[in-house]
Amino acid sequence: MSNRIDVKDLNVYYSKFLAVEDVNINIEARSVTAFIGPSGCGKSTFLRTLNRMHEVIPGARVEGEVLLDGDNLYDSAVDPVTVRGRIGMVFQRPNPFPTMSIRDNVLAGVKLNNKRISKSDADSLVEKSLRGANLWNEVKDRLARPGSGLSGGQQQRLCIARAIAVSPQVILMDEPCSALDPISTLAIEDLINELKAEYTVVIVTHNMQQAARVSDKTAFFNIAGTGKPGKLIEYGETTTIFNNPAVKATEDYVSGRFG
Amino acid sequence: MSTNTLTRSEVGGKSGDKIFSGATLAAGCLILAVLFGVAAFLVIQALPIFSADPTDITGGEGFGSYIFPIVIGTIIAASIALLIATPLGIGVALFISHYAPRRLAQGFGYLVDLLAAIPSVVYGAWGYAVLAPQLAVGYGWLAENLGWLPIFEGPASQTGRTILTAGIVLAVMVLPIITSLSREIFLQTPTLHEEAALAMGATRLEMIRMAVLPFARAGIVSAAMLGLGRALGETMAVALVLSGGALTASLIQSGNQTIAAEIALNFPEAFGLRLSELIAAGLVLFVITLAVNIIARWIISRHKEFSGAN
Repeated sequence: MSNRIDVKDLNVYYSKFLAVEDVNINIEARSVTAFIGPSGCGKSTFLRTLNRMHEVIPGARVEGEVLLDGDNLYDSAVDPVTVRGRIGMVFQRPNPFPTMSIRDNVLAGVKLNNKRISKSDADSLVEKSLRGANLWNEVKDRLARPGSGLSGGQQQRLCIARAIAVSPQVILMDEPCSALDPISTLAIEDLINELKAEYTVVIVTHNMQQAARVSDKTAFFNIAGTGKPGKLIEYGETTTIFNNPAVKATEDYVSGRFG
Repeated sequence: MSTNTLTRSEVGGKSGDKIFSGATLAAGCLILAVLFGVAAFLVIQALPIFSADPTDITGGEGFGSYIFPIVIGTIIAASIALLIATPLGIGVALFISHYAPRRLAQGFGYLVDLLAAIPSVVYGAWGYAVLAPQLAVGYGWLAENLGWLPIFEGPASQTGRTILTAGIVLAVMVLPIITSLSREIFLQTPTLHEEAALAMGATRLEMIRMAVLPFARAGIVSAAMLGLGRALGETMAVALVLSGGALTASLIQSGNQTIAAEIALNFPEAFGLRLSELIAAGLVLFVITLAVNIIARWIISRHKEFSGAN
């Protein structure tokens, strides 16, 4: 499987309010795609439609298609639970389960649906996932301790470990570093670079340097004004978007002239 | 002059601050004073019982054998109430907080709260006149088919006024306490954790087990303990419903008595040593309730590290 995502004519609504209008985008498999744009431009909303997490908000719905390797996520027979198992998500603020140990946090997704897993399999999965999230060396001696005792950056890497433990095809990250210090941010960015060898990564960020550092392709979203829907303005190779954008608004945004 | 200019304050309201902190301190002390006052009253009034001749005490065998059956009766009635009301209350609370459509949930919540507004004497009358006769039929069936279990041993009460009926009435009474407290806690579950569970492909039930219930654990224990406190101390409903008597293992025969109902039924005619006896029974109830609260706090604190408060 190639794990690519193709979005066709997607409109996102909150009840009657059109939040994101007419997005067409092809997200390459095993690459990092960054969504940038000013606050409220709908990039997070759009990201959440990629694993149907926007449906958690009452009244949210979409028109159009999101295809994961050709299969429409919004087919009426598709269960959002299945979609979220294939397309994992990491949130803005680290959210390990406070009542669970580090080990149980990593295994939380695997233990869903009453899947049975032997202790030795669980042990190796915990180690593999935590190594995958560059956290193993820091926590290997305290796996039974609560996940909430870790630092913010470690917690966020724990959340990434938890997301990759269920072996998803795609990982969505919604401003994963916005609550972290620069050192932790660097650790996450290094990790994103390693993750793209196996997963398709989509990241929303407010930090343009970060988008430039980690992503292969960048999509710029913008809104015309308050109450207007967000739109995908320009999408292309990250170097092109930052150095030679085709649209004036993109250039203004990446050069810091507005937003 | 070398006065410290910092001692002079240009901001007003310093005295207001003092008055307010004094008032809160007084309020805090008042609670302690009332608590100690009640405890002292119970102990002083109950004292004669411990020096009295055992044959003078009701039953003729000393205070221990007088109080033991009604302590057990109290615990049985409260346990039945809690066993029924806790799962039911958690279920209702989860329905309101996570399953029902928002508009329906609000109305439903008010309705449950309304249950708490019904006076206990009304519950007692309802249990006596409506519930007991209905249950009596079921008790007959239980005695016939499950009579080999000591708790369902026959002959079943014809009136249905048994400790099981009293327990069920108590369950209805504590249900709104457990439900509304649990609902408040469930609604406070951080969206962050709910989304974390959903985002890895949890169903709603799995999300509740993974994020909501662990978060609400301490709250559920407190809610159940508050409910237990009410069930232990509830007087009027039990006094009306239960046709009391000697301690029996069977829940569907008349018999058993609770401390609160025993005090209420006998207090008007009591004097002298009998009065001390009833007050001593009240002291025992006070100690039981205190113990329940201490145990509940201990249960909550055991898992402090994993509570998410750090």
